[in-house]
Amino acid sequence: MTGTAEPARNDEDFDPGAAAALATGRILHDTRQGTKRGVVVDSPPGAGKSTLVVRAARELADSGEQLMIVAQTNAQVDDLTDRLATADPGLAIGRLHGTDSPPDPALDRHPQVARSPKVAELRGRQVVIATAAKWGFVKDVEPWRHAIVDEAYQMRSDALLRVAGLFERALFVGDPGQLDPFSVVGAEQWAGLSYDPSASAVVTLLAHNPDLPQHRLPVSWRLPASAAPLISDAFYPDTRFRSGTGPGDRLMSFTGPGDGGAADRVLDEAAAAGWGLLELPARFTPRTDPEAVGAVAAVVRRLLERGGRTVSERSPQPQPVTADRVAVGTAHRDQAAAVRSALARLGVTGVTVDTANRLQGREFDVTVVLHPLSGRPDATAFHLETGRLCVLASRHRHACVVVCRAGVDTLLDDHPSTEPLQLGVAVKFPDGWEANHAVLALLAEHRVRWDG
Amino acid sequence: MSVMSTLARAQAVAAGRAQPLATVRHRWLSQRPMVLVPLTTAGEVGAPLGALVGTDRDAPRLLVVPQPRDRDLRAAFLAELAGVVLPYLTSYEDEVAGEPGRETDPQTGKKVAVERELCVDAPQLVVPNPAGAEYVRLLGRATRFRRTAEEDPAEPYPAPSQVPLLGRWFTHYGERARTPGSALLVSATELLTRHWATGQSNLEDQHLGALLAWIDPPPGSTGPVAAARAQTGRGPDGLLLSPPAGPATDPVFDNRVLAPAMSAYDAARTAGHDPSAAAGRVRALLESQLRPAWDDVWRALDLLRALPAGGHVEDRWKRDRWSYTGHRDRVRAGEPPQPRRDDAVAAAQKLAGRETAQARLEAGEALDDPLVMAERRLVGEAFAGPVTESVLEYSPPPRPRPRPLVTVATDDRPHLEEGVRVYRALPEGRCQEAEFLGSPRPGLLCLRVLNGMGRGKEPDPGTVPQPGDATCWTLFEHAPRGGAELPDAEATPWTHGGPPTAFSSGVPAAADPADDVTVEDYL
Repeated sequence: MTGTAEPARNDEDFDPGAAAALATGRILHDTRQGTKRGVVVDSPPGAGKSTLVVRAARELADSGEQLMIVAQTNAQVDDLTDRLATADPGLAIGRLHGTDSPPDPALDRHPQVARSPKVAELRGRQVVIATAAKWGFVKDVEPWRHAIVDEAYQMRSDALLRVAGLFERALFVGDPGQLDPFSVVGAEQWAGLSYDPSASAVVTLLAHNPDLPQHRLPVSWRLPASAAPLISDAFYPDTRFRSGTGPGDRLMSFTGPGDGGAADRVLDEAAAAGWGLLELPARFTPRTDPEAVGAVAAVVRRLLERGGRTVSERSPQPQPVTADRVAVGTAHRDQAAAVRSALARLGVTGVTVDTANRLQGREFDVTVVLHPLSGRPDATAFHLETGRLCVLASRHRHACVVVCRAGVDTLLDDHPSTEPLQLGVAVKFPDGWEANHAVLALLAEHRVRWDG
Repeated sequence: MSVMSTLARAQAVAAGRAQPLATVRHRWLSQRPMVLVPLTTAGEVGAPLGALVGTDRDAPRLLVVPQPRDRDLRAAFLAELAGVVLPYLTSYEDEVAGEPGRETDPQTGKKVAVERELCVDAPQLVVPNPAGAEYVRLLGRATRFRRTAEEDPAEPYPAPSQVPLLGRWFTHYGERARTPGSALLVSATELLTRHWATGQSNLEDQHLGALLAWIDPPPGSTGPVAAARAQTGRGPDGLLLSPPAGPATDPVFDNRVLAPAMSAYDAARTAGHDPSAAAGRVRALLESQLRPAWDDVWRALDLLRALPAGGHVEDRWKRDRWSYTGHRDRVRAGEPPQPRRDDAVAAAQKLAGRETAQARLEAGEALDDPLVMAERRLVGEAFAGPVTESVLEYSPPPRPRPRPLVTVATDDRPHLEEGVRVYRALPEGRCQEAEFLGSPRPGLLCLRVLNGMGRGKEPDPGTVPQPGDATCWTLFEHAPRGGAELPDAEATPWTHGGPPTAFSSGVPAAADPADDVTVEDYL
């Protein structure tokens, strides 16, 4: 890592705003005036990645450059387009989209955004945004001088191969701690090759261009002071970061009293400490463990019923925790579906329920997580994946409640990582096994036992 | 493992014999396959010990290396193998049919209609297990770069003339076998485990004899008893009753009978005697190990042939035929052997092709087989049920088109959100798309049909589901398309290391330099 200093821990003088501004300044300098063809920025959860992308795009456009932006999903592209248009109403933006996937109608309120499935109609715009999949189909167009690749760690190497001919130089921004890209078919035969098509785009990029400047954003503005140290230690041990807010800056309370039940007690614990573990009795269950799903739904219902209130640096006046500020995270789609129907039975609506893959990049006040290993008889690579737990445990601004069956620590000890080591592949630290233990150890301090 | 296959395994345990996982056969089987059962030498990577090979189950050709450490004998084995396999592989090259296609005209840059040659059938290699397929790949890697005396008179150890060509074909077949659903090179255990679930572990299923014991136990026996006998039963001589189907051999066989026979062969040669009697002894021993596996592979083919072929099998075989024809053309054009490693573009191309093949295979298997579709319905990726209501509506003017509203009653629980597309197969095989509008009450799903109703203002007869019709809708596309094209290798971008040296220097890349010799080389 170059460019940014290690943020000192336990340093009373640490000024998060200044540290972040310094890092951003260096990144923008390398992007605009650097001699290398690429700049890589690692961003921990909620460190202002989108803000950085918007700022870099505006500065490049202001200096008279045209640029293209590559994001990974249509939702990310729509979100980025909206932010960019809101931040700079004078910017001429082109939203390139597939014929079958028109952009979000919410973009209609920005007259400056031109939409088209044909790149030729947008080539003159200051900024053109599309998904990597859509950019892959673009050809016979004059290359851009600049590009920004967002969520670059979630982009596969072969997707970058398809689009890299469209730009001369690029700013790659992403979060290395989140879920790695994957392939539905085996790709072991290319493991260890610098251009393994199933690897992350950044891995390939850096393997071929090791001298590119690498930066990182040192401050998470999303995670509260209670969460940043754990997430940093467990998932980013070599590139630590700090929370932008201090221990007393985020507060959560309830207007309604607790009923003494386990759901209320774990909510009180989470409101006070930022973390809560609701532990169900040990048992092997099917994936859609009805008891655990019921517990998740009960916690969400009580959270909304008791009228959660938050105070933060954004608003000193208490703000209600409404359903749209709450999310439930699971490992599998069928678990998410089971939680959705359980919530519907309780009459709870408006809460986001999704898998880790789909919650990537999103932010909520409170999250309720069904632990990926809860009730399992085995710990597979899928369930141990570091990024999955990291995504689930780093979506919240105030508190996170984890619902889990007892016995996961023994399960982990029974299933050490046994993935084959491939020659030439950099071993990723920390591995999921270790990260899971770190998270469990912390959660154990905030345990409430489920009483049915 | 899906819930359905877990259930089938549990039922297999309870019933004492394998349970079907499919109602149709999902892989192509040739009328005239070539079966290859290879054996390798313990402790000597890539040193073949022997093989049974052929297209006639009653007359296999036995190839044996009486002393695998002797490179000349190894070369003779490979030459003999090429002599059997290559005539079979090339016998399909010349029977071709014209296939209409479109190509970009290099002069005008426009797409023009062309007719391309496609072999009407292709050779199929059957090995006992995935390790056998891996061995085919290994032999391909070991032989495709060898130089023959004709190619290079100065080569100190020239390969027999057909061996490098055999290596190129083996490499092609080995690579193609990695494409999901392909059938140029198939293994008997993989074919069987796709169609039946046994009551033993996946690892045990790799033992062809044990697998067959579960699927088709001998009269008076049960799956677990027969499988245990196949895996561990030994005769009075201490040898396995059902030897492993290769390439690895049973260590007891190696130590107790093979090693003394080879020593006798070596002794005869050292003493200057005629070694043919000793060689004959090794041949007989290897045949005793190979023949049970040979017969098992043919039995597996019999069992699979008893299943009717699924509807999409022929289409997948056609892609295999394209693959075969393409390799034939590359060999005929005098192209060099496949490179040691794929370049960035080739690797990405293969991965993209295999991902598309996987998606197509999953969709095709579900559409061909109600048992597979049931699995997809169970995980919320499809739903089936009768139509309860069908109202013909139209899209807004100026060009109103039929957009019927259809309500389906189902107990399935698909993962649907408003606006999600669902697909169903029309009777003549085309795919019809609809949009999920919502669920008026539990068990009812409301859809708007979007296409597949003909060009007229009124839908073509039979294209709109009517009340009482049994329908089956999937959340996955029936013929998924691949992603965008990849750049040409000479346009590999800077992010991926730029064009491979073969292109940047303008001359074909020389072979990679050999690794440095280390002390380990002289252990």
